[in-house]
Amino acid sequence: MRIAFALLAAAALIALPFVTEAAGQPALLSLATRVLIYAIAAASLNFILGYGGMISFGHAAFFGVGAYTVGILFAHAGSEPLFGFIPGSKQMLITLPAALVISGLFAALIGALSLRTGGVQFIMITLAFAQMLFFFFVSLTPYGGEDGIIIRRTNDLFGLNMRDKTTLYFVILAIAALFFALLWRVVNSSFGAVLKGIRQNERRMAALGFAPYRYKLYAFVLAGMGAGLAGALMANFLRFASPDMMHWTKSGEFMIMVILGGVGSFFGPIFGAAAFLTLETFLAGWTEHWQLAMGAILLVVVLGTKGGIAGLLAKLWGARK
Amino acid sequence: MILIFEQLLNGLQYGVMLFLLAAGLTLIFGIMGVINLAHGSLFMVGAYAGTYVAGVTGSFWLGLPAALLAAAATGLLVEALVVRRLYARDHLDQVLATFALILMFNQLITLGFGRQPVFTPLPAAFAGSVELLPGLPYPTYRLLIIATGLLVALGLYLLINRTRIGMLVRAGATNRDMVRALGVDIRLLYTLVFGLGALLAGLAGYMTGPISAVQVGMGEQILLATFVVVVVGGVGSIKGAFVAGIVLGVVDTMLRAFLPGMLRQVMPPSDADAIGLGIASMGIYLLMALVLLIRPKGLFSVGTGG
Repeated sequence: MRIAFALLAAAALIALPFVTEAAGQPALLSLATRVLIYAIAAASLNFILGYGGMISFGHAAFFGVGAYTVGILFAHAGSEPLFGFIPGSKQMLITLPAALVISGLFAALIGALSLRTGGVQFIMITLAFAQMLFFFFVSLTPYGGEDGIIIRRTNDLFGLNMRDKTTLYFVILAIAALFFALLWRVVNSSFGAVLKGIRQNERRMAALGFAPYRYKLYAFVLAGMGAGLAGALMANFLRFASPDMMHWTKSGEFMIMVILGGVGSFFGPIFGAAAFLTLETFLAGWTEHWQLAMGAILLVVVLGTKGGIAGLLAKLWGARK
Repeated sequence: MILIFEQLLNGLQYGVMLFLLAAGLTLIFGIMGVINLAHGSLFMVGAYAGTYVAGVTGSFWLGLPAALLAAAATGLLVEALVVRRLYARDHLDQVLATFALILMFNQLITLGFGRQPVFTPLPAAFAGSVELLPGLPYPTYRLLIIATGLLVALGLYLLINRTRIGMLVRAGATNRDMVRALGVDIRLLYTLVFGLGALLAGLAGYMTGPISAVQVGMGEQILLATFVVVVVGGVGSIKGAFVAGIVLGVVDTMLRAFLPGMLRQVMPPSDADAIGLGIASMGIYLLMALVLLIRPKGLFSVGTGG
């Protein structure tokens, strides 16, 4: 039954570009692409938040770092090297791994310092580091400062025509599928089990001989890399990177996606990202005061439900059985 | 020298403003364990309500009670409808529910007053400036803000340390479960503290009106700085909020005022301004990270219930 459902979802995702084209709704394809990208970012946040119990309020920082890696490498492609020795690149096979490494390094540094605190102090210190990066990129005038950096062309990959929206969608779909497959392995590994154990009772895990700090830091770095990947894809999709990508409200949006979808559920972030972006698009087309409705919906979901959309689906699933 | 003194006063003025907001926030957090992101919205509500009444009546002083009342009433409403359900929840739910409140308040204000900034008139008696030192005229209104902030600090000190309610507040910040176990009507205390916090936020909002624009989003700008103050000062500590508020207010103002100029000595002016402002904006966050790394609970942390 589960496998049938997964196959159905995969078939729907593959058929989607042809359906939107046939229906004459190209905007829907762009919405779907954004959902995929945000799903990666939200799932990486859910990994530390839902499984590891770390409430990071600065997750957008890594999203932005990933995007800027693509942007800055593009700006140096074919011209003088960055810092005099790092050549720029337009190849996605180079820029994506670079974004993963750079955002991973930032996550290692920020995580190593932030994880020394806990509770509300952890929330606020992750927010503080994200704000520092935000203001750093705002003042980075060689790369556009507050206005951000324009990437004239999407990165190349295997000679594909990346200007074609459908091609780009399939590339991002493939990367997202790979990401979720890897995440599935990690969540269901012994490492994932330790992480869940730390969320439930950190002291007990320490007594069992697991060093919580180290496991939490690994998870934080992995999550940062996931957000960096999403940011790099977003930079390719929008052909633009700006400090707004790491504004604290963006971190808030990631959290909203996680909670809409269902905290600590594997596929929740996908539903959450889809629900948030669809609501945003739909409400914004309906009224300019869409945030009022969005706020009300979010409030009802937070106060009134348990487990978000994934929880709701599980309930329906259970009721049918 | 005179310039430095003037900026010190500006920093002090910003610092007491931060203290007015942080005092309420730190009590709400320390006693109820609730992270209230919507505190900045109460600041905005106070500013708009006061400015509206001041505009209609033409008197700055009539706007003041309106600002206080509106902010306190909104605060009590928010407490009764939303925050009361969050006491037993984890921080994530609190952050998201109050984040939702920010979205709603911003849109409600936009619906009521539009997106254009509104200007609060200066009170006539405080429109001028006095010469504090030879060659240093300073606006009396800013002095009024400083005096108000210091008076509120004194009042809070007396309230917290000399009254029965204050004793309960102190006890609540140290160990709220124990206070509940001793049979204190903790609900009433919660409502009271929330109302007081909202009142102070409204006061800060209205007082800020004449020196900076009253606009949608004004709450969020100062909210993050306020949280930095609360965390640096130690959650639940009024003294910490006061010390951290003044220190961070002065540091932030000094960096903004002097860093671009200092950088201009070593780089082209346009770069110096952008980089200087960027680093100045990072300043308070850097300070908070440093403080938390040395003292993970903040400077003056109280109690166990945080």
